Amino acid sequence: MQKSFSQKRLQEWIIERCIYMSGIASIIFVCLIFLFLAKEGFSLFKNISIFDFLLGQKWYPISTPPFFGILSLIVGSLYVTLGATVIAVPIGIASAVYISEVAPPRVREILKSGIEVLAAIPSVVLGFIGMMTLVPWVKNTFHLSTGLTAFSGALMLGFMAMPTIVSIAEDALNAVPKRYKEAALALGATRWQSIWRVILPAASSGIVAAVMLGIGRVIGETMAVMMITGNAARIPDNIFQPVRTLTATVAAEMGETVRGSDHYYSLFAIGIVLFIITFCINLIADFAVHRKAK
Amino acid sequence: MSAIIQTRNFNLFYGTFHALKDVNIDIPKNMITSMIGPSGCGKSTLLRAYNRMNDLLEDVSVNGEVIVDGKNVNDPGMDLVELRKKVGMVFQRPNPFPLSVAENVLFSVKIHRSAAPKEYGDIIEKSLKAVDLWDGLKDKLNTSALNLSLEQQQRLCIARLLPVKPDILLMDEPCSALDPIATGHIEELMHHLKANYTIVIVTHNMQQAARVSDYTAYLYLGNLIEYDLTKKIFTVPKDRRTEDYLSGKFG
Ligand SMILES: Nc1ncnc2c1ncn2[C@@H]1O[C@H](COP(=O)(O)OP(=O)(O)O)[C@@H](O)[C@H]1O
Ligand SMILES: [Mg+2]
Repeated sequence: MQKSFSQKRLQEWIIERCIYMSGIASIIFVCLIFLFLAKEGFSLFKNISIFDFLLGQKWYPISTPPFFGILSLIVGSLYVTLGATVIAVPIGIASAVYISEVAPPRVREILKSGIEVLAAIPSVVLGFIGMMTLVPWVKNTFHLSTGLTAFSGALMLGFMAMPTIVSIAEDALNAVPKRYKEAALALGATRWQSIWRVILPAASSGIVAAVMLGIGRVIGETMAVMMITGNAARIPDNIFQPVRTLTATVAAEMGETVRGSDHYYSLFAIGIVLFIITFCINLIADFAVHRKAK
Repeated sequence: MSAIIQTRNFNLFYGTFHALKDVNIDIPKNMITSMIGPSGCGKSTLLRAYNRMNDLLEDVSVNGEVIVDGKNVNDPGMDLVELRKKVGMVFQRPNPFPLSVAENVLFSVKIHRSAAPKEYGDIIEKSLKAVDLWDGLKDKLNTSALNLSLEQQQRLCIARLLPVKPDILLMDEPCSALDPIATGHIEELMHHLKANYTIVIVTHNMQQAARVSDYTAYLYLGNLIEYDLTKKIFTVPKDRRTEDYLSGKFG
């Protein structure tokens, strides 16, 4: 009796420690990653001012003298991300509403598995398909000299963010208690009115989370954008011109830099910029979710 | 008595399960009619047939007639929005929307565009006064309805129906989530509402049926066993099965 009790205590203690250690470990890893990023990234600013880095329009890292201005890359990322968001958010939310509120059960199951399959396609594969189909289509439809544009990237990334947005938004909609819908319908609301006035507002914090995760996926995406946005490091006049994004720059150039050179450090500094952008998006999402929950 | 709801040889099936069997019952206008019977006997099903809430379920089929105010509600041409404006429903578990108190009351007004925004204040006041919530909530119109007590929530659910100007209020065990004191308050409220509304209440509580209703229907396994003045049902039931149920032999 006494023994089994202390044995249980020991077991509890070990399990508790293990969970504690894993929690601590994940925090330590994040800190180490950030420290590494910061150490390498900030080394750049010994030689180049932050101002020139963030607002410089020329990105010629291997010319002499080199230029490390990432404004065009920031603008490129912004174009692609905003474009993808504008495409993916309305369609994603509308699909989620259709799947959870309108579709008959059989169609719902088919669509849900379809979305999961979509989410599982590696981005290289999507990028390749995009290069073969989307890029020529954009070129011909809009009579451009090249189909490798910010617009193609936005379409592609919108498509890639869709599964994330749909599946999380759909979960949020499904979690809305059925009795709200019943109440609305019993008051003579149409199905559409009950969705618009009751179900969507009740699910809004989950939908915001879905949108933010979708945008997070878009900003972090590398392979597909590298393959279809044209990678021209200049500020575009409109969305139908080639752009180069922050992520594509890091991925494309990391292999050819000399360790410890300014070029090498500048790629880490781009990493810091990406980190800060993602952090801000998460912050906004958190804020939106918590304000709603109050 | 003039019947506002007539139910004629009404049958309802959930898939192949025969949930209501040849039910015939006339609900009188401006009276309170209660439906009693053991759990699972079809009380809620019958109530939901009156505003066609069973439509939300898949695989429900009906035959026979339910006539509300002279119109067969199962007619293909029946306007469900009009039907549900005429026949309001209060649910077992209070289900205010996760919106403010004011927005709950105004919900129907906004979806049906039945009043101009400048009338909103009056509508809120009148509706909340009718359910005795005004004095308690007039300074809290913008708090979330989910912060109210269960009794207040149920009252709000009744108040929310009033701007639609329904003729009939269906109440499915409206007090089962409430304590006895709150139950007493809701019963009192029903007495007040009776002047203007026809009320049909489902309850598993026989004392409640005896206290509040003018007519009582006893259902058992999907059959309407007996339907009469509440006084008569509780004193001289005609059917053995009613008597057994009322005397507590089963249920
Ligand atoms: N959605 C449904 N699908 C299948 N059977 C149902 C459904 N709803 C109710 N039933 C069945 O119909 C019968 C009557 O149910 P209900 O009207 O809810 O009873 P009560 O309200 O009197 O307790 C029960 O046997 C119940 O199991
Ligand atoms: Mg019931």
